[in-house]
Amino acid sequence: MDILRISNLQKSFGDKNVLDGLDLTVSEKSIFGFIGKNGAGKTTTMKIVLGLMKADAGDIFVADRRVCYGQTPTNKLIGYLPDVPEFYSFMTAREYLTLCGESLEMPKKEINERSSELLTLVGLSEENHRIKGYSRGMKQRLGIAQALLHRPKLLICDEPTSALDPVGRKELLDILVAAKEETTVLFSTHILSDVERICTNVAFLNEGKIAMQGTVENLKSIKRSEEFLIEAAAPEGAKLIAEKFGSAQIKENNSIILSGDEKRVFEILSFISCEKIPVNKFEKIEPSLESLFMEVISK
Amino acid sequence: MKSFISFFKKEVLEGLRSGKLTILGILFLMFGIMNPAIAKLTPWMLEMFSESLAESGMTVTDVTVTALTSWTQFFKNIPMALIAFVLIYSGIFTREYDSGTLVLILTKGLSRYKTVLAKASLMLILWTLGYWFCFAVTYAYNAYFWDNSIAVGLMHAVLNWWLFGLWVISLTVLFSVLFKNYSGVLLGTGVCVLLVYLLSFLPDAKDYTPTSLMNSAALLVGAEKAEIYVKSIVTTVLTAILAITSSIFIFNKKQL
Repeated sequence: MDILRISNLQKSFGDKNVLDGLDLTVSEKSIFGFIGKNGAGKTTTMKIVLGLMKADAGDIFVADRRVCYGQTPTNKLIGYLPDVPEFYSFMTAREYLTLCGESLEMPKKEINERSSELLTLVGLSEENHRIKGYSRGMKQRLGIAQALLHRPKLLICDEPTSALDPVGRKELLDILVAAKEETTVLFSTHILSDVERICTNVAFLNEGKIAMQGTVENLKSIKRSEEFLIEAAAPEGAKLIAEKFGSAQIKENNSIILSGDEKRVFEILSFISCEKIPVNKFEKIEPSLESLFMEVISK
Repeated sequence: MKSFISFFKKEVLEGLRSGKLTILGILFLMFGIMNPAIAKLTPWMLEMFSESLAESGMTVTDVTVTALTSWTQFFKNIPMALIAFVLIYSGIFTREYDSGTLVLILTKGLSRYKTVLAKASLMLILWTLGYWFCFAVTYAYNAYFWDNSIAVGLMHAVLNWWLFGLWVISLTVLFSVLFKNYSGVLLGTGVCVLLVYLLSFLPDAKDYTPTSLMNSAALLVGAEKAEIYVKSIVTTVLTAILAITSSIFIFNKKQL
């Protein structure tokens, strides 16, 4: 079943068209990476899904229920973690979770049990101080805890890792992977290594539209022009190869990157052996999301 | 209902932990004590200045101070307490817009109208408690030093002023959902009160304006009849309700 369906979403600020007919579907129990440049409209899309912003046109359904602006009952199905979550700093983490639980009209017993469970999951169970003194990482982890409190069907995270150090980032990604057991995760980011680490599906947002969408494996295996890295032993060797095969781009002194199909590989190899060029390395470059992303946004 | 109570509790907790409630408590206590204190000190002060007054040709005879002097002070001082109250609570909404703290709670499914109602009721309740606390302090001192029965229209007068405070606070709520920063809230409330005040100079409008409730001190000595304020009371109550209701509608459509 699709947990989130967005069709033909449009939004502009003044004369700036941020979303221009965005279509997106997120299926259940996936970790969905929503990728785009800064200012591509990721946060705008998420805010519209949460009913915090009004769309100019388009339909959004969360678990087959239509999302409306202002009063948004579908929010009870969603857990939301903004990029910089802000809490009532005069409260403790547990008090805050109680406030959230009561806002959701959850039974008291469940709030207590779930709070303990989640605070342990995010490593804040021993923390009795007020939120005022929390570090950014701690706030982000509390953010995850409040988002998961009511076992939402969909967890929306807006660039959850972008402000964190490598340790904090790993911890947060681990929590998201753990969350996948009971919910669907949609998270926006521009850090592609995070996506490769945990996502099952991705969508690239570019110029207000989804430029590409699919599972991580599928996207990576799309046959694009393959690239090879050749590292010659001396700069002259690299120069020779580059001169012979025009499309080469030279990286540093000795290395060049060539693109082409298998036939071209054999041509290059025979050239190297004919000219007796000493080579340290001949490597096929694995397609990465980064190269794919670059290709998508440069179209 | 549970979510409303929970959000209301959060507001109270914030007031306690930020020290606002303590400040309000001290403020209303201070104003409560000040009224009889000033009255008590008046003869002494006049005596102090009697020499310099005599030089300018004025003679000070015996000044008799009664509970009325203290109650007159009460109505002179209470506007300051109201201004301080509005200043302290002018950021009750805007601080949340600035910090983005409301976003998380609203995405939890808390209805927007409950947020407005919780904040509005907190302010109305605090004003009520503070005002009547201030009144009680003054009343107790006056009863101790003099005799309160001299102020014949006391209850009507204080009720009118309490109602005027509620009206100003409902305007503060309205401007809090209209504006994004507290200066807008203060300015909006201030200008609105001023305009209504100017309006009350028109003979036709005078009887209907909420600001005419501020003149209720005249009731103390029985110079006026309480009935003449009925029209003002009705408009005050109606416009206050209107302000709160429109706040809810505006807030429902507000982009956060």
